[in-house]
Amino acid sequence: MEHTNVPDPVIKVEDLTIGYGEKVIMRNLNFSVQKGDAFIIMGGSGCGKSTLLKSIIGLQQPLSGKVRYGKTSFWDAEPSEQLSIMRRFGVLYQGGALWSSLTLAENVALPLEMYTNLSAQQIKDIVSLKLALVGLSGYEEFYPAEISGGMRKRAGLARAMALDPDILFFDEPSAGLDPLSAKLLDDLILQLCDTLGATVVMVTHELASIFAVGNNSVFLDREAKTMIAAGDPKQLLRQSNDKRVIEFLTRGEKAAGSASL
Amino acid sequence: MAGKRMALGMPAHPSREKLKFDYPAKETLRLHISGDWQTSLGTPPLSEIISRINERPGITQIAFDTAQLEKWDSSLAALLLKLERECEEKNIRVFYEGLPQGVQKLLALARKVHEKEWIPPKAQEPFLGRVGSAAIKVKDELKAFLDFLGELMVSFVRLLGGKAYVRKGDFLAIVQSCGAEAFGLVSLISILLGLILAFVGAMQLKMFGAQIFVADIVGIAMVRVMGAIMTGIIMTGRTGASFAAELGIMQTNEEIDALRTMGIPPVDFLVLPRVIALILMMPLLTLYANLMGILGGYIIGVGMLELNGIEYFNRTQEAISINNLWVGLVHSIVFGVIIAVSGCFRGMRCGRSAAAVGESTTAAVVTGITSIVIATAIITYICQLLGV
Repeated sequence: MEHTNVPDPVIKVEDLTIGYGEKVIMRNLNFSVQKGDAFIIMGGSGCGKSTLLKSIIGLQQPLSGKVRYGKTSFWDAEPSEQLSIMRRFGVLYQGGALWSSLTLAENVALPLEMYTNLSAQQIKDIVSLKLALVGLSGYEEFYPAEISGGMRKRAGLARAMALDPDILFFDEPSAGLDPLSAKLLDDLILQLCDTLGATVVMVTHELASIFAVGNNSVFLDREAKTMIAAGDPKQLLRQSNDKRVIEFLTRGEKAAGSASL
Repeated sequence: MAGKRMALGMPAHPSREKLKFDYPAKETLRLHISGDWQTSLGTPPLSEIISRINERPGITQIAFDTAQLEKWDSSLAALLLKLERECEEKNIRVFYEGLPQGVQKLLALARKVHEKEWIPPKAQEPFLGRVGSAAIKVKDELKAFLDFLGELMVSFVRLLGGKAYVRKGDFLAIVQSCGAEAFGLVSLISILLGLILAFVGAMQLKMFGAQIFVADIVGIAMVRVMGAIMTGIIMTGRTGASFAAELGIMQTNEEIDALRTMGIPPVDFLVLPRVIALILMMPLLTLYANLMGILGGYIIGVGMLELNGIEYFNRTQEAISINNLWVGLVHSIVFGVIIAVSGCFRGMRCGRSAAAVGESTTAAVVTGITSIVIATAIITYICQLLGV
């Protein structure tokens, strides 16, 4: 693919303001994601993490500012150009967002049918491989409603990886999973991205995932309406002076001195 | 309520047993709380305590004695919390030491949440403001609808160019569910409609001895409008609603977002096959409904009016001109577009909650049926002008 020579950073967010109508949720967002990063977007519930993700993956137009992929500004680009950018990434949605009228195999196959000229047999082979990678071989003919929430997420991961994307986006991957399944999913994400050489952008508030997966991050704060910290989460934990960041990263056990229950 | 309590063998005024007062000092009111304080048993009203406070103007302190208290739950804490807020206003100090540890902790917890997550009360918009926002919303809806129609057109053009991504399997499944599977309902309703039309007509025509014209009434009415309208209304409730609900739930599950980020236009993938399937199926269902309606008329004509079967058949054939059939089919195609478009539009505009899915389904049916009636009026007028 021609984009492999695109110079760093892979994604650059410039002066982004996001919100709905006149209501601004976040402003002055500036950060960049480098190739090979495992980038975390973190912050408390309802602070606008998912809205930010939507602006980055092209689902919701920001109020102002730019999201650059390589040199192209996504929201200023022609629809065909937007499409070719979108083709380079995979998204795992919060609940998996599998198409409920299609079987798991058809779910994974759809992007392949859409964008490649592979024969039916070749597609079938790739689909089995992707499902096997996420531990779901044998479930090809199941419908999303027939499997558990954790399996749905893994199937969603298989679909997100169908076209071997350069960038993988995750929206709260561990939400609704027990700690063990969440860890297994994190491990799986790390392994797969490592093998595929993909860049990861993950929205999460799950501390375990933040420290296990992330090597770079931004921290959004609802009251400040902007990012209040950026960098490797482990370093943030050691070095940040910001009470809000430390409180978040330690579940309120340090610097907070609250709640005597 | 009181009767029920009596029947259960409880005192009519539990409060008297549970709450007693005394004044250990001139400025202190002490509450003796005793017995069971449980939500299911009810608690004495706050006003009882307030009236005690007001009885003696000098009171500045409240204390508790709970030595006789047995079981308690959050109903006690709720009462105390209300009392506490009341006392704050009256500048009365409350001494909690007399309360059980658990109650004190519960109160502390309730106060804490209250401080931290305090949200300003939502301002109620004035009447004119609400009218204004409603008007703006209508404009936004209209714009969204035109956007949707435009997108659908573009998508249709793509389909003609062979570029739209429509899965054959999906399309056939939709055709089956909105065509073949609707047969039962359409048969039932249409036969009954035929019966009703024939029956009402027969009552009048019998007076003139012109029973045979029942065939005309039923035949023309069914073929020209009634068949199409009844099918349209059935399909709005059956298929329009299901389109809206399906797409609405897909919106809630982020399935539509997933299509978008995959670069698959949701209109191609979800809306186009539904619209085309319904436009193809509506005329067929209408033809079938016409037939069933005429059959219903036949049953009344032959069974009740004792007309000759062959004669009834011939009369029907003579009465229905080919124009009637065309007018009926035009109705049905227009209704097909209306039902599919309003169902899909409402589904695609659905918010992300269970309530929103319900709302969009309702809206799809209301829009569908209203538009069908309006469209019928317009088509009838046009036919009048054209003299068809």
